[in-house]
Amino acid sequence: MAKQLTHLTIDGKTTDPMLSRRSAIQWVLGAVTAASLPGCTSGEPTSKVPPSQPPAGGPPDAAPIGQGQEDASRLATTRPVAGYGTDPNLVAFHKPGDIWPLTLSPAQKTAATALADVIFPKDNLGPAASEVNVPAMIDEWVSAPYPIQQADRAIILPGLDWIDIEANKRFKKPFADLADDQKTAICDDICDPIKAKKEFKTAAKFFIKFRGVAAGAYYATPPGWEAIGYVGNVALGSFDGPPEEVLKKLGVTQTVV
Amino acid sequence: MPTISPDKAKPEYDVIIVGSGAGGGQSAFTLTLAGLKCLMLEAGRSYDVVNETPMFHAPHQAPLGGVGTPDKPFGFHDATIDGGWQVPNEPYTSAHKQPHEEFQWWRARMMGGRTNHWGRISLRNGPYDFKPHSRDGLGFDWPVSYEDVEPYYTKVEMLIGVYGTNEGLENTPDSPPGVLLPAPKGRAAELLTQKHAKKVGVPVIPIHRAVLTRPLDWKTIPQKLYPGNKWAQGIVKEAMSDRGACFWATPCGRGCNVGANYQSTTVHLPPALATGNLDIIANAHCREVTMGKDGKATGVLFIDKTTGKEVEAKGKAVILAASACETVRILLNSAGGKGIANSSGLVGKYIMDTVGARLGGQIPALENIPPHNEDGAGGSHFYAPWWLYKEQLAGKLDFARGYHIEMGGSRHMPGGANPVSDDYTRGLYGTKLKEAARRYYGSFVGFSARGDMIPNADCYCELDPQVKDKWGVPVLRFHWKWSSHELNQAVHARKTFAAMIEAMGGTVRGDTNFTGPNSIEKPGSIIHEVGGALPGADPKKSVVNGFNQTWDVKNLFLNDGAPFATNADKNPTLTIMALAWRACDYIIEQAKQGTL
Repeated sequence: MAKQLTHLTIDGKTTDPMLSRRSAIQWVLGAVTAASLPGCTSGEPTSKVPPSQPPAGGPPDAAPIGQGQEDASRLATTRPVAGYGTDPNLVAFHKPGDIWPLTLSPAQKTAATALADVIFPKDNLGPAASEVNVPAMIDEWVSAPYPIQQADRAIILPGLDWIDIEANKRFKKPFADLADDQKTAICDDICDPIKAKKEFKTAAKFFIKFRGVAAGAYYATPPGWEAIGYVGNVALGSFDGPPEEVLKKLGVTQTVV
Repeated sequence: MPTISPDKAKPEYDVIIVGSGAGGGQSAFTLTLAGLKCLMLEAGRSYDVVNETPMFHAPHQAPLGGVGTPDKPFGFHDATIDGGWQVPNEPYTSAHKQPHEEFQWWRARMMGGRTNHWGRISLRNGPYDFKPHSRDGLGFDWPVSYEDVEPYYTKVEMLIGVYGTNEGLENTPDSPPGVLLPAPKGRAAELLTQKHAKKVGVPVIPIHRAVLTRPLDWKTIPQKLYPGNKWAQGIVKEAMSDRGACFWATPCGRGCNVGANYQSTTVHLPPALATGNLDIIANAHCREVTMGKDGKATGVLFIDKTTGKEVEAKGKAVILAASACETVRILLNSAGGKGIANSSGLVGKYIMDTVGARLGGQIPALENIPPHNEDGAGGSHFYAPWWLYKEQLAGKLDFARGYHIEMGGSRHMPGGANPVSDDYTRGLYGTKLKEAARRYYGSFVGFSARGDMIPNADCYCELDPQVKDKWGVPVLRFHWKWSSHELNQAVHARKTFAAMIEAMGGTVRGDTNFTGPNSIEKPGSIIHEVGGALPGADPKKSVVNGFNQTWDVKNLFLNDGAPFATNADKNPTLTIMALAWRACDYIIEQAKQGTL
């Protein structure tokens, strides 16, 4: 079992659950604006453009972990977190926590699980997020040492703290312990980044970021594939193209005989 | 892949081949089947396609759902090992002044190089592409014509297996009857694009890709490749019958452990090894070509990365197939840093990438399509070849040369990255979000231009005066400047894509500010870098002749993308292989005459 880290360096600043809690409180006061959201790339062609382009001149160094911390005893047992490197084992089945330690606090994990299940509930389209390991995948994402994931961490961790603070403020309970309509009441205030009221703008940025990471995880699983309508990853004897009903719906004919 | 350690190498070989990708693989195949003793050096580690390829792995079985990271830019399950725009221990520098002119150099340090992960798009250069200067006065003509290379295109296609159709279109060559494998059926988005692109004049046809849509005809192809040579036929037959046909699942970029697509490690190297005439040393970082007093190459000096020691390998001839810019680097670092084969002063000059530009859209007609399997051949089935030759000749376009269009948009395997756009599901969560995800999945299309770049004097690489790699070898510094031809072409492409999307009843997504610098992808990002060793008919004005042979060093050949006079819109790999085969036939002839 990987040792839990509670400190990570992000953009040169150290964050930990306490710090993110302070950030969360600042959100309530409206004093902090979160980083802007990167653009969405769904539907782009299989272009050879990297998701992040490190500068020329040398590989980017992995962000140092745990520098300058007061808790020397913990530092002694933590290792610098690197990524999986340029030659990982591609055929192994990797689980969250196998390569770098997971870092959500128990409270954050509980809040993340509850929120992921509000966003991806069990319904006629498929299982709930927590039934297909989405919370652990989110934890893996925000614990990863890469720049994109570290930027997401800086939004998601304070957001998870905020949602418990908000739940306590409104209903005197942490988010995970709320009734469904209470959870919905909070989510309705933050789910739309454009329509959200001014005091919820930062929380709305958290929500859409969290939703994106959760969606990436949910649809990475075979039950997620079924939910979205992906059919494939099975060996076939022939490729027959779209079925007749699809061709008819589109008003096209198969042109390759 | 069986390899030997440096101490097991023979005292001398007929030919030393640096690099194991498309050019090196083809060279090893052709030479060893002619009985020449070859030593191949690969800078990366060996690689076992059968046991290292994650064929049916789902994204959730990879870290971060398999999304790309700085360690694995094309995603966790991509076949690339120790590769990317940055390679550990091997920096390079850039003298760019503008962000869109920052050259990015992709390398893969592994057996088979980047043939393991490439797109397998295998297009022949057309007759115009070999003589562009004669046609429009720009760039350079090749010393060879389409007719010179055509027999080798055919041989490569028969050997590696390429699917596609013959459409008889201008400067888009047909293959001889029976050479191409059957094209796979069109997918929903491809067929819809084909139908509506006609309205804006864009012809969408089956693409050519190196994937076996049926088993290779191992009963007759070996006889066609090696008439009268039973021994060679037997080896080729064995290798061909070992390859399975595509089973219509898993992306080709992961590699293929049944050998249904071309990669050097499954197609070129096994038969070359089976001849008994090939030794391969992995982790061999080539530093320079060693020279004799007679002005001929005597072999190469390489660093054994497992020990850090310098090792010399001797050969009667040397082939550099290290990838265009790495080959340039080896030439410039030879002779104590004075460089070799460079009396023209042109080594490193006129490097090119492919012009890239892209645009995506959302198509309502593709919403809520009944779920069905669209994995297909693990890559594109259709594309649009360049179609405006007549308009260009009439002076109606503000750029020379053209681009072809690649398309994406099928119901491919989701995972890792959010598969549904935030702007189409804003404000949604719960079952409503899941319903919207299902509705929009597969309704997004994307188009990419892959265009001709005209070589220019501002695009070159040289040795960086200060920076060295981990082993003390000077690195390359890149310079780049697009001309208006490339910038205007990128704008034209994106306007065309917008017209296609609108013709399909869709909405253009993303940035629609179509300026040149804003539209063109960064140089090197398409990973088609070629040039740096201009071929020509005049030794004063070129580095190599029409057989990839350097003018100055008669037993030194460059069998990768370096000896490209132009970079047509056709993806370069098939041409690299055809020219390498042709150069090797010339080497074999020289060896027979004892003039190597």
